[in-house]
Amino acid sequence: MKNKKSLLHSISAAPHIFWAVLFIVVPLIIVIFYAFTVQNPDGSYTFSFSNIASLPDYISIFGLSLELSVIATAVCLVVGYPLAYIMARSKPKTQKILVMLLMLPMWTNLLIRTYSLMAILDNNGILNQLLGTSFQIVGTKGAVIFGMVYDFLPYMVLPIYTCLSKIDKYMWEAAADLGCDTPKTLVKVILPLSRSGIISGVTMVLVPSIRTFSISQKLGGGTFELIGDTIERQFVTGALNVGAAISLVMMVLILISLTIMNKFGDSEDGGIIV
Amino acid sequence: MKKTVSLLLLISILSLLLLTSCANSKETVTEVKDPVYKRGEVVSLNVYNWGEYISDGSEGIYDTNKEFVKYFNENLSEKYGGITVEVNYSTYPTNEDMYSKLKNGASSYDVIIPSDYMIERLISEGMLLRFDVEKDIENFHYIIDSFKKPYYDPDGAYSVPYTYGMLGIIYNKTLVDPLDIDEEHELSWGLMWNEKYSGNILQFNNPRDAFATAMYWKGLDVNSTEAEVWDEALELLKEQKQLLQGYVSDEIFNKMCGESAAIAPYFVGDFLTMVDKQPNLDFFFPREGVNYFVDAMCIPISTKHPSIAKEYINFMLSPEAAIANAEYLGYASPHSYVVNDEDYIAYMEDFGYEGPNGETAYDLLYNNDPATVNERYNALFSNDDIKDPACYRNFTPEIQSRVNTLWEELKISGSTELWVHITSIGIVVGVVALAVYTTYVKKKRSRFYRERDKASRSAK
Repeated sequence: MKNKKSLLHSISAAPHIFWAVLFIVVPLIIVIFYAFTVQNPDGSYTFSFSNIASLPDYISIFGLSLELSVIATAVCLVVGYPLAYIMARSKPKTQKILVMLLMLPMWTNLLIRTYSLMAILDNNGILNQLLGTSFQIVGTKGAVIFGMVYDFLPYMVLPIYTCLSKIDKYMWEAAADLGCDTPKTLVKVILPLSRSGIISGVTMVLVPSIRTFSISQKLGGGTFELIGDTIERQFVTGALNVGAAISLVMMVLILISLTIMNKFGDSEDGGIIV
Repeated sequence: MKKTVSLLLLISILSLLLLTSCANSKETVTEVKDPVYKRGEVVSLNVYNWGEYISDGSEGIYDTNKEFVKYFNENLSEKYGGITVEVNYSTYPTNEDMYSKLKNGASSYDVIIPSDYMIERLISEGMLLRFDVEKDIENFHYIIDSFKKPYYDPDGAYSVPYTYGMLGIIYNKTLVDPLDIDEEHELSWGLMWNEKYSGNILQFNNPRDAFATAMYWKGLDVNSTEAEVWDEALELLKEQKQLLQGYVSDEIFNKMCGESAAIAPYFVGDFLTMVDKQPNLDFFFPREGVNYFVDAMCIPISTKHPSIAKEYINFMLSPEAAIANAEYLGYASPHSYVVNDEDYIAYMEDFGYEGPNGETAYDLLYNNDPATVNERYNALFSNDDIKDPACYRNFTPEIQSRVNTLWEELKISGSTELWVHITSIGIVVGVVALAVYTTYVKKKRSRFYRERDKASRSAK
């Protein structure tokens, strides 16, 4: 009885299924189609593995994207965890204001924020003018990492904050009763309890920073590329097939790494995708 | 299960349909007819142009598109059965971007303004509408004779010239030592390879122009059909990559005006726009040779409103619009009315630019004889050292794909600093160690509890 769906049920689900098929499944099929074909001069397509075979050329770019996003994620965690902790421990009214302040930059478009960062960090930008110097920041890898941290920090703080604020405050008293001092409580009680928050925070920062493209173009100056830039350039210059192959491999790799990460998350309230 | 299978089947049929419909649309149509217009219909004309390439009404100046709409709706509406028109204007940063957008067939445009070599390519691929330029465009008689039937469109049947100009190097007078420009290096492209300005040099973010800077420097043919020549240029560009602040297109305006970069190759018209905002900038034409180009208005074969597109092109050639655009763009105009207009000449002469030998902006653009445009673009500033400037010509498909491959190679080349490797590997190792340690501790702990339970149970 339970498995039988009512007519109303299927009707109400229809628009969502239609949406998902049209905008998720069909594009995926098109990506797969392009990834495994090459276009002949007369406009027809033939099946080929040549796109996949050309991928080893891009390993160094992929490695760089991975390295930069790992560093950015680590910085986000180191900066974000104390912030989330402070937020979770403050008064409810202050908490609201802090969350609001954290969300505020996200109301502005990411591209616009990146452009503003460019104006601040440029050789003759606001920062260099204030300091009276002219050292180069834009065009270095550090600038790209900074841009990633700046743009994705809220995605790290918010899940950890949610997780920390759910922890019962009597945990502290219990820990103290059993002879834990504050640092020990943090390491032995609070940190393990917030593990699911950390894992979803890490996922939410790591994945978008691997595939980011505008940040590295603007703040990296275009002298080095991340994998997102490469894919974008392939599509803009009309080399759809190679671009599709890279995207496909990226999706598979992200899927694999998310599955591995989920193994470490709590199965009940990990709350991440896959 | 059945449901999933049928769903998948449906999806694959759907996507196949989508793809085949794309393929069908690529078939060439030689003639495009106007649709039947209904009275009161609003027709939108899709114009696709370079960024910053039309007088756009900012700061109260002439708004070309708005004026066209006004002109059309007042004077031409009845001719087309009482329709009103609106202009849907969008921009692109490079010829190649425009090409791939057009080739994809995802969107249709009615008027485009590509450069010479791209027009040649579009013609050879049958992507432009052929029309009787002299008859269909009433104002075409304004075009200077030497621009009629030009090298990129020998039949004179696809394009109407909009602007022309030259490529050169823009530099910041306060950041670049004058000795590095003329005394020792004699106005050379080599300035872009000068290690003294490492981190302060910009380069084009498109293969055609970026390769050209290296090729002009070393006296290579920018239209070469030999692969080795391109390989040689690639080596130069790879060497230069270490010194660059970035590969840029439209960002160049902010970077140069904000004095964040010192040296950049760009077009003379854009230099005039920049020097208007940042008087520390100056410009020179490298003596080894420079690119000379024409940008012209064309109608793609995918147009839906060919006649209105022609009206638009015609309007762009009307004296008022042509002068406004020439003044706004700062590029040279192939329009005979504009170049002889006293107000325009006066405007360009006191543009606020003065070159090292007292040249005005007008000299920079026109100190040459437009009549000889097809044979030789005269050396500017009476600097006879400038060799014949080469125009870009369309590549053969083999060279085109070769250049794309080399560009790809240039873009993905490069070395990463050691600290990036060390930090990231350190973090990964740390995380893995932590994970292993915690699982180990967990296991040890659970074993301890299990054994204790066992012990207490057996004690009972």
